[in-house]
Amino acid sequence: MTEVVVTGLGILSPSGRGVEEAWAGVLSGRSAAAQDAQLQEKGTPVTISCRVPDFDADAELGRGAKRRLDRFTHLALIAAKEAIAQAGLSEDGDERITEVDADRTGVLLGSGIGGAETWEEEYPRYLDKGPGRVSPMFVPKMLSNTAAGTIAIRSGARGPNMTVNTACAAGASALHLGRDLLRAGAADVVLAGGVEAGVTGLSVSAFAQMGALTKNPDAAAASRPFDVGRDGFVIGEAAGVLVLETAEHAAARGVTPLAVLAGAGASADAHHATAPPEDGGGAILAMRRAVEDAGLPLTAIGHHNAHGTSTPLNDAAEARALRAVFGDHTDRIVVSSTKGVTGHTLGAAGAIEAIFAIQSLREGLVPPTANLVEQDPEIDLDVVAGAPREVALEAVLSASMGFGGQNAALVFTPA
Amino acid sequence: MSQELLATFTEVLTEEFGVPADDISPEATFEALGLDSLDVVELTLVLEEKTGVKLEDEELEDVRTVQNAIDKVAEKQA
Repeated sequence: MTEVVVTGLGILSPSGRGVEEAWAGVLSGRSAAAQDAQLQEKGTPVTISCRVPDFDADAELGRGAKRRLDRFTHLALIAAKEAIAQAGLSEDGDERITEVDADRTGVLLGSGIGGAETWEEEYPRYLDKGPGRVSPMFVPKMLSNTAAGTIAIRSGARGPNMTVNTACAAGASALHLGRDLLRAGAADVVLAGGVEAGVTGLSVSAFAQMGALTKNPDAAAASRPFDVGRDGFVIGEAAGVLVLETAEHAAARGVTPLAVLAGAGASADAHHATAPPEDGGGAILAMRRAVEDAGLPLTAIGHHNAHGTSTPLNDAAEARALRAVFGDHTDRIVVSSTKGVTGHTLGAAGAIEAIFAIQSLREGLVPPTANLVEQDPEIDLDVVAGAPREVALEAVLSASMGFGGQNAALVFTPA
Repeated sequence: MSQELLATFTEVLTEEFGVPADDISPEATFEALGLDSLDVVELTLVLEEKTGVKLEDEELEDVRTVQNAIDKVAEKQA
């Protein structure tokens, strides 16, 4: 089986911009959640969010970027550029791929929503001013495949280019399918990851109406995975892009991999549109499949970067799923949810958490779960709280569960 | 009339499309100003609000320069 390695990382996260800063942010255990002035202005039922650090899209991405591209594409382009540079796919940190065959470089992104802000800005214009005033930019800005398409336009990557949607598992699913493109021989290099910019009035209102968002008035303490006081997630935005390539290709160009994407698994709950089955359901299958795919014994997994959204249902179901997969070995898995810091970044979550899992593997350091003060007695897991924990790791797992009951799990091992 | 329209075009192109004012002249092509065909359609929507005149798709076919567009709008205003 073709071995697939990770050779570059790029991230724009509420915990920071760039791998170094975003990783330091999650290690700090300080939540990035804050009151959101835009949401306050709109009067949404919940006004807490996790935003990425401010940036000026036109200044960074060229004149017209604000007008022509949705925010989710901005985030993806910034993360992709960093990943391309780190992997040495371009010269001097440029976004244009020149150092590998761009025709054999693919892009596989996940996004749960796509251009949410664009929908919300355009629909009132349609209602107020009429169909004749609808912007011709609406479709290309809003389509959820635009981020992947625009990465290709900017980088020159002409390999297979696709977008996958498994809602909050989309970032992990994209890594899974990107890996499979490489195994299938359809590309030498794939930029894979996830992006979401869904902190908008409509989507926040809708998640709040579902009861999915926390009602905690204290923003900094609101995202508290596995804690007994958790009452919903904090919505976040982010992009994470990983450069995947075949081990052979990386070796041939003399690049030292950061990690091996050793296993991937996917499944469906076949249960309910939004609620996980109490026993952990499809998540069990996805995690088991990922470990089996990696060809590892269950006992190899030393760390789990949890989906851990901070909703009462998810965190309890995930704990039961882990126990169902790993049995007694569960006690020896060091668990963390970085969503305490980043909030739930929906379609980006699986990708940024893959990056954090890789950082844990490389540094032997598991970040604390922010705001975990009193662990829910129903959560029978060793969850890191307070400060990062040093752990020598042979293999790490990261799992993501999306609405629709769609699950994805990834296993990374040292390069 | 034409001067007034040029001022309107300049205002829209600089404020809505971020085109540097120095680049704008009657002879400048929209392509040179960085506007593609979708941008030009978007431009006609903004101009409609400013001038009350809407240029239709078929009227845009031979519009290349700012002056071409000014002439079309002036023609319809007359």
